[in-house]
Amino acid sequence: MTENGNNNDSGVTGNLWYEAWLRFRRNRLAMLGFFMIAALLGVAVFAPRLAPYDPFKQLLWTEGIKAKLAAPSPDHWMGTDAYGRDIMSRVIHGSRLSLQIGLLATVVSLLIGVPLGAMAGYFGGWVDDLISWFINVIFAFPFMLFVLAIVAVLNNPSMIVVFTAIGLVSWVSIARVTRAQFMSLREREYVEAAKAIGLPTWTILFKHILPNTLAPVIVQATLGIGSIILTEAGLAFLGFGAQPPAPSWGLMISDGQQYLATGQWWWALFPGMAIMYTVLAFNFLGDGLRDALDVRLKR
Amino acid sequence: MSLLRVNDLKTYFDTDAGLVKAVDGVSFSVEQGETLGIVGESGCGKSVLSLSVMGLLSEPSGFVAGGDILFEDTDLLRLSESSMCSVRGNRISMIFQEPMTSLNPVMTVGEQIMEPLIVHRGMTQRAAFGETVEMLKRVRIAEPAQRMREYPHQLSGGMRQRVMIAMGLVCSPSLLIADEPTTALDVTVQAQILRLMNELKSVTGSSIIFITHDLGVIAQMAERVMVMYAGRAVENRDVGPLFKEPLHPYTRGLLRSIPLFCEKQDRLSTIPGVVPSPLKKIDGCKFHSRCGYAFDRCRSEEPPLFRLGAPGKNASVRCWLHENGKRDFTEGRR
Repeated sequence: MTENGNNNDSGVTGNLWYEAWLRFRRNRLAMLGFFMIAALLGVAVFAPRLAPYDPFKQLLWTEGIKAKLAAPSPDHWMGTDAYGRDIMSRVIHGSRLSLQIGLLATVVSLLIGVPLGAMAGYFGGWVDDLISWFINVIFAFPFMLFVLAIVAVLNNPSMIVVFTAIGLVSWVSIARVTRAQFMSLREREYVEAAKAIGLPTWTILFKHILPNTLAPVIVQATLGIGSIILTEAGLAFLGFGAQPPAPSWGLMISDGQQYLATGQWWWALFPGMAIMYTVLAFNFLGDGLRDALDVRLKR
Repeated sequence: MSLLRVNDLKTYFDTDAGLVKAVDGVSFSVEQGETLGIVGESGCGKSVLSLSVMGLLSEPSGFVAGGDILFEDTDLLRLSESSMCSVRGNRISMIFQEPMTSLNPVMTVGEQIMEPLIVHRGMTQRAAFGETVEMLKRVRIAEPAQRMREYPHQLSGGMRQRVMIAMGLVCSPSLLIADEPTTALDVTVQAQILRLMNELKSVTGSSIIFITHDLGVIAQMAERVMVMYAGRAVENRDVGPLFKEPLHPYTRGLLRSIPLFCEKQDRLSTIPGVVPSPLKKIDGCKFHSRCGYAFDRCRSEEPPLFRLGAPGKNASVRCWLHENGKRDFTEGRR
């Protein structure tokens, strides 16, 4: 490399996020996940307009046909449930609940996991021992059981309790990733250099190291959203999450599963497909982000 | 009064394998506006010495076991961590070996240089920006305002080292510690950086501690030289006399291992053996096993630092050959 040489292989721009976006765009599955989520967000935002019926309204007759447990038809694309509610409208409205829980629980887990993981990784010693012990204790419990226990103790399955409970358990994987990042980054020379210019520890932690850990943390969080949505559905299925008559995917599967055997497959199938779609979309996005944000490995 | 005076500094590392005495009783001083070169092989303790001065030892394994470090008459070892923070980067700053990795990859160059000004001088972003542009001009970076918005990976190695120097000097510290600042650069860039450091030094009047294993660089930069071996100072001399007549056998060995261009050399001379493991306890002079002049006393008793010449003249050597000023390199040759 010469003195005036430039090893910038990315053209004129210097923006790291823009370069990551360029790499992301080349990844087909990632883009698929991205558009699937964009579509889902659109559905959630415009749910009242998109839904053909009121999700709570118990229809009796639609144009002379009995509307309870009606099979999919041009009038009811996904059929109706035993109460005569339009399943498609309920699936559409259910996206709001799932996405809200997914995002809010992720925010909770980031707020807990990032600072704790950062401190464990950076300070090491007894701080690390204590936090790691705590992480391992939570990891030792089955995830779902722990969430169930928290919801059961609080005895109030409202949305705020559900996302807080999920967040309180799922922060551990974020904390682990953050801890590992801080452990390796604290030895970097630029951290030493930051100490050598007299910066206080907290500035070094959050201004110098944290931005360097963001990529894996974002990936972990994105992949986590899918499993959080799955957990929420599971909770609702077990009766500990959203309560009837809320249009929750998990609750719909729970209600509809008893009709699977008798041939009314549509009640449980369509919300199940919605869950699959969402989880898959977030996993595609997360995998794509992992490849796109891995700047240092690519070079 | 010396700007920096280090007395009998002992920095040890408590490792699983035992106590490592990385710096074992080193004393030196740096005067105002002077450049002190510290030379030695890898692992002789020169970097640990500089980290001890900065208070940046990786605790709890590394610790200062004794001695004191007086900077402008304050003992740095007794300062609290927060007072030490206001010394670092402000009155003493440090340039590291690897310009490639010493800059934060996700922050722009400008943000990083502005940081010491904002932290130590309480400057606003705008004022710091102006000051930084000036500093970048002084380290000869073209289009400074444009460069400040760029990220480290967009700069070449030489440019990054200029940025590091700008970062070190932006608060006009009275002491700059440069730990092998040119080792990772190719020779032409190295020459440019060294010239730049000398120029800046003559403008700002800062003192420099220049740490390197490269005697050629020392000859170009330093006024005084301290040669270190296995955690100890073995020779303290002015640069001229040191190159003209090295006294310690180790220094002689180092000088002989520089290739000569004026004479034909079949083989480059080397110092036999390697630096002893710091865990190993060595009786007598630490260099005796590799020394061609060693005699019985060297193996049993460690020589003190013998002062040379007139009192007040800062020259000393740690070798029995120079007891009473005797300089006999003819006897005892192995």
